[in-house]
Amino acid sequence: MTTTLIKSKLKTFVGGIHPKEDGKNLTCSKKEVPSISPKTVYLFMNQHIGAPAKPNVKKGDTVKKGQLIGEAQGFVSANIHASVSGKVIDVIPWHHPVTGIKSPAVMIENSGDDTWIEGANESSDTGQISPDEIKQRIQSAGIVGLGGATFPTHVKLTPPKDKVIDTVVMNGAECEPYLTCDYRLMIDKPSEIINGLKLIMKCIGCKKAHIGVEANKTDVYNLFKDILSNEPNIKIDLMEVKYPQGAEHQLIKASLNREFKPTQLPLEVGAVVINVGTAFAIYEAVKFRRPLIQRIVTVTGDGVENPQNFLVPIGTPIKQLLEEAQITTNINKIIFGGPMMGIAQGNIDMAVTVKGTGGILVLRNAQQWRSHACIRCGRCIDSCPYGLNPSELSILCEAKEFNLALENNVMECKECGCCSYICPSKRPIVHLIKFAKAEIARQKTKV
Amino acid sequence: MSSKNQTDNQLIVSAPPHIRDIENIPRIMWAVVLSLIPAGIAGVLVFGYYCLYIVSLGCITAVITEALILRLRKLPVLNTVKDGSAVVTGILLAYILPPSVPWYVPVVGSFFAIAIVKHTFGGLGNNIWNPALAARAFLQVSYPAVINSDWRILQHGVGNFAHNITSVDPEGKFVDAITRATPLAKEAGAETYHFAQLFLGNVPGCIGETSAIALLLGGAYLIYKRYIKWYVPAYYIATVFIMVLILPSQIATPWAKNPFYHVFAGGLILGAFFMATDMVTAPLTRRGLVIFAIGAGMLTALIRFYSGYPEGVCYSILLMNTATPLIDRFTKPRLYGTKIKKV
Ligand code: SF4
Ligand code: SF4
Repeated sequence: MTTTLIKSKLKTFVGGIHPKEDGKNLTCSKKEVPSISPKTVYLFMNQHIGAPAKPNVKKGDTVKKGQLIGEAQGFVSANIHASVSGKVIDVIPWHHPVTGIKSPAVMIENSGDDTWIEGANESSDTGQISPDEIKQRIQSAGIVGLGGATFPTHVKLTPPKDKVIDTVVMNGAECEPYLTCDYRLMIDKPSEIINGLKLIMKCIGCKKAHIGVEANKTDVYNLFKDILSNEPNIKIDLMEVKYPQGAEHQLIKASLNREFKPTQLPLEVGAVVINVGTAFAIYEAVKFRRPLIQRIVTVTGDGVENPQNFLVPIGTPIKQLLEEAQITTNINKIIFGGPMMGIAQGNIDMAVTVKGTGGILVLRNAQQWRSHACIRCGRCIDSCPYGLNPSELSILCEAKEFNLALENNVMECKECGCCSYICPSKRPIVHLIKFAKAEIARQKTKV
Repeated sequence: MSSKNQTDNQLIVSAPPHIRDIENIPRIMWAVVLSLIPAGIAGVLVFGYYCLYIVSLGCITAVITEALILRLRKLPVLNTVKDGSAVVTGILLAYILPPSVPWYVPVVGSFFAIAIVKHTFGGLGNNIWNPALAARAFLQVSYPAVINSDWRILQHGVGNFAHNITSVDPEGKFVDAITRATPLAKEAGAETYHFAQLFLGNVPGCIGETSAIALLLGGAYLIYKRYIKWYVPAYYIATVFIMVLILPSQIATPWAKNPFYHVFAGGLILGAFFMATDMVTAPLTRRGLVIFAIGAGMLTALIRFYSGYPEGVCYSILLMNTATPLIDRFTKPRLYGTKIKKV
């Protein structure tokens, strides 16, 4: 990665934090992206926001790579495809690494012969393709937001009739510390990503696009700049290196200077945000009819000797990934995702990757913090990019004053973690807010 | 394989974020202690070594009281005492005491500050008033003679008050009443001081409040470290400055309408940089803090001009501390994507 230091020209937002522990240097200069070939994969039916898919295979079936094995249930849902070819061993409840709940997963033993299902993995001419055809291919490929939110992409590309989307904003910020999977992809496949972006623009019929890249990736900026020298409609914005620069609200604020409420979607302000990984997956799906069955995963942290990006079939047990990355002994924390929003895993024997897994962070000396009473320093308020009062919220949630917490917009919290990061009292603010949100949701369903 | 299973058992499962900023309460508090040292040195140079004794008594009492109360409340003693917050209170209290106070004044004051002002409200983070200022107000009521009357200074003080010395007290320890308690004394005949004197601190006053340069040094360090917010002292001092210019004064001293004199004489700089910025007792948001600072500035000027007291910093900050919950209510941060709600 190369960094520019002219800070004043960079676009950004108000609030946020500058984590000192960046960690990207562990993996960013490693050019190889070795492919992983897992012995077995576990494909969850719920790897997206919305209704879980329904398995259409059963124990003993043989499946080919790219074969549909879970059918989307309704519009806000996503298809699931076999990420390897082989035999379905079982459809069983398995420990979900993100929700922490046992959920149905299709377990496939990899035959290793990599045979694709017919109709997939074929190049097609996309010059004259219609917007509907693009969306249809995206939908059937089971593409979801790969930045971590895993919202089904075809839903995003179907705005309600009364909303006009005039700009696509592509997220190449990758603001989570340690993760470099998007960086690697942008360096390796810039034209494919841009083609994906153009397909999205065509699909929703909008003429303008912005690409947001953090200023620590000027090499990416220059690559895109070269490719787009004849495309005045696609602008590249160099943004301040600040967390959470890649979140939808902050990205749109920085590139388009539009604001909308935390719980609202970008389409409120005529924008749609697509992660670079998603744009690449869209290109693959539309051009080659390849469903979303693999992605780049950053395996990193001081707990692995060989931190690196890997090309990983969805559903790969992380044990195998960690072995490839040469896990050391004496590790004390394994995180799915980045250090700011990632989810700590208690059991590495069961954990497998899902569509939203961009990184696995292995730490040897993860700390635990003793929390104190709030000393009202106000740092959390200054850092909250959504204009909440985390100090007050944490106190209210701790006291189980859920109604007051609701009055203070607890539901608007995006759980970005800035407040907990910055708090000198080490208050577990995000934890308390998550707990309160869950309680509030529970009480609502009870009534 | 078994070794790996062993590792599994020790995996920490906790909510994100998994990294935290290095700043914590002890770092902040000990930085405040550090930033207060120049003012203490100035105090000793001006008023003599007895000040050191008073400051130490203040600190030791504060720490012992803190430990005792934590013990009584069955809270972790050692870790909390090490955080330095009691030491800060002890120092600040001593700094706003006259240099010649008897030994029991800082002891009673520190005890009151920690036991009553801090811990009856729940300890660090929950107190409503700045402990040091509240204790000073308490002492003012309890020992008015000691706090209010003309002060004696120490015979061995390095300051050049010699020309003021009229007699030595019977014990030979102190010179007799040499001057008014503060350069802000407004009785007829009270002295006016040069700015150089005010700046260096070579004037009568409380132990830690006289040397503007030492206080500014400490304040600048805290602003640089972002432990205090620059706009609190800035708005506070600017408000006093403007108020002095626009308010009609009834004081007959030559400096009555001189805003610079009002800024550099008395406890304003100590109060603005180290008391009004006490995060526990000030509002949370920037807007709230600005209101707080302007309010404290207005009250300070009003008290100085129209009350019997020469000084108004202590009471003005205490009053604004009282108003803090209210200010917080009316200055909630703006939810992203919305206009500011008029409450
Ligand atoms: S986690 Fe919630 S409260 Fe904390 S900074 Fe992020 S949005 Fe604000
Ligand atoms: S950062 Fe922590 S200590 Fe400071 S106001 Fe927020 S919750 Fe309180």
